[in-house]
Amino acid sequence: MTRFNALNLLRHAMSGHKKWTEQWPDSQPKNEYDVIIVGAGGHGLGAAYYLATQHGITNIAVIDKGWLGGGNTGRNTTIIRSNYLYDESARLFDHAVDLWQDLSQELNYNVMYSNRGVLMLAHNVHDVQSFKRHIHANRLNGVDNRWLTTEECKEYCPPLNISDKARYPVMGGALQERAGTARHDAVAWGYARGAAARGVDIIQNCAVTAIRRNVDGSVAGVETEKGFIKAKKVAVSAAGHTSVVMDSAGVRLPLESYPLQALVSEPVKPIFPCVVMSNAVHAYISQSDKGELVIGSGTDQYTSYSQRGGLPLIEHTVAAITEIFPIFNRMRMLRKWGGIVDVTPDRSAILGKTPVQNLYVNCGWGTGGFKATPGAAHTFAWTIAKDEPHPINAPFNLERFRTGRLIDEAAAAAVAH
Amino acid sequence: MLLIHCPYCEETLPEAEFAHAGQAHVVRPENPSAQSDEEWENFLFIRSNVKGPHYERWRHVHGCGRFFNAVRDTVSDRFLTTYKAGAPRPDLETLTGEVK
Repeated sequence: MTRFNALNLLRHAMSGHKKWTEQWPDSQPKNEYDVIIVGAGGHGLGAAYYLATQHGITNIAVIDKGWLGGGNTGRNTTIIRSNYLYDESARLFDHAVDLWQDLSQELNYNVMYSNRGVLMLAHNVHDVQSFKRHIHANRLNGVDNRWLTTEECKEYCPPLNISDKARYPVMGGALQERAGTARHDAVAWGYARGAAARGVDIIQNCAVTAIRRNVDGSVAGVETEKGFIKAKKVAVSAAGHTSVVMDSAGVRLPLESYPLQALVSEPVKPIFPCVVMSNAVHAYISQSDKGELVIGSGTDQYTSYSQRGGLPLIEHTVAAITEIFPIFNRMRMLRKWGGIVDVTPDRSAILGKTPVQNLYVNCGWGTGGFKATPGAAHTFAWTIAKDEPHPINAPFNLERFRTGRLIDEAAAAAVAH
Repeated sequence: MLLIHCPYCEETLPEAEFAHAGQAHVVRPENPSAQSDEEWENFLFIRSNVKGPHYERWRHVHGCGRFFNAVRDTVSDRFLTTYKAGAPRPDLETLTGEVK
């Protein structure tokens, strides 16, 4: 791996940038690995990276049915925040936000983390009370979050319409200044490059068709399109397809997969300085460095594996955006797409061990997995390496659906999930 | 926009009139107090999350208001059939055979 620095940039400029080495090889599967990770998104590649850098395990394969970062990692709206209500969630997401701060330096790869702030708008008395409660809970947990008045919201985000004649007038907002966005593809690429440099095989376009178990019940390896691969440990990080993969190992999960849509506008000059979310009218918006407005929609009402989603949601989303930002009502939308998100009953992730020995799972991130990428990958690697929960991911175990110890972000709803 | 046939109204109508209501044929326990924690977990939380033909419930919420069942392919989002609540689960092979 050639390090990216000024000297190397200069050196390669001399040869017209034609001699850069590949960032990761297109690996073919070996017969056996210490750890196989199913799913080469940010979470899976990140786990491989931390296994290699922090736990000395490098005989790893990360296997994906498509290309790396081609699933939800490349389809989300890149919002990063940690203003969750419950202690368990605040710890996990804030751990991720901590790691986001210097991830570019850690990976020697610019993930373009930008803490431009996430502003959540309150449109009614209930919103105001609930957001203030979130702010107090967050501050007690050491999580950055503060209240802005309507005028302060306008000052922070000038395109905002704060007219009291609006259908849903802005009554204030909760601002997390440490939150922001990152370049989603770069996260997958940075982790892939870092992992591959330490000997991790990244195997693309090779679907895992089943997980095989030994007679004693423990994991034996995975069946793939390129044949059987033996593994001491298997970790599944397959987002919307986790149920399908885990079913083959005889593990049934409390997951349902829904399409989640997003869209971008035509690119324009910088106009939108932060991320704005509104739960009441259901709008999420920021501006990418390319200039597109990046707009998040909701999940369709029905479960599906089609990476499309229905148009009624897009119509609803665009209506919400133009309601809060009338300035955008003549803007043309460029494209829309869908990703398949795996949703748990309590809207919190499942991150840890499974009933099958040496089989681990990182799933159930629903509509908000991107922000957690470094934190989830970091603690997941710990769990895979040591075969025990990390203090931060311990509450996110699978047993909670039996014991009843849920982490009910569905009810707390830091966001309309 | 999905077009959904309500087996009560005998009409095919836009998705916006309907509400998805989760997996079908999840049987409520006869004797709740005798259920183990594992049985409760299965009943309340564990879902099949099928990739392919899926038995599910819908409610004609802006129409007759009634719940009914459907078989829908979760890859193509195409409805194979809809049928009244309480009717037996249709045989998948005949359904997929008919469609193709």
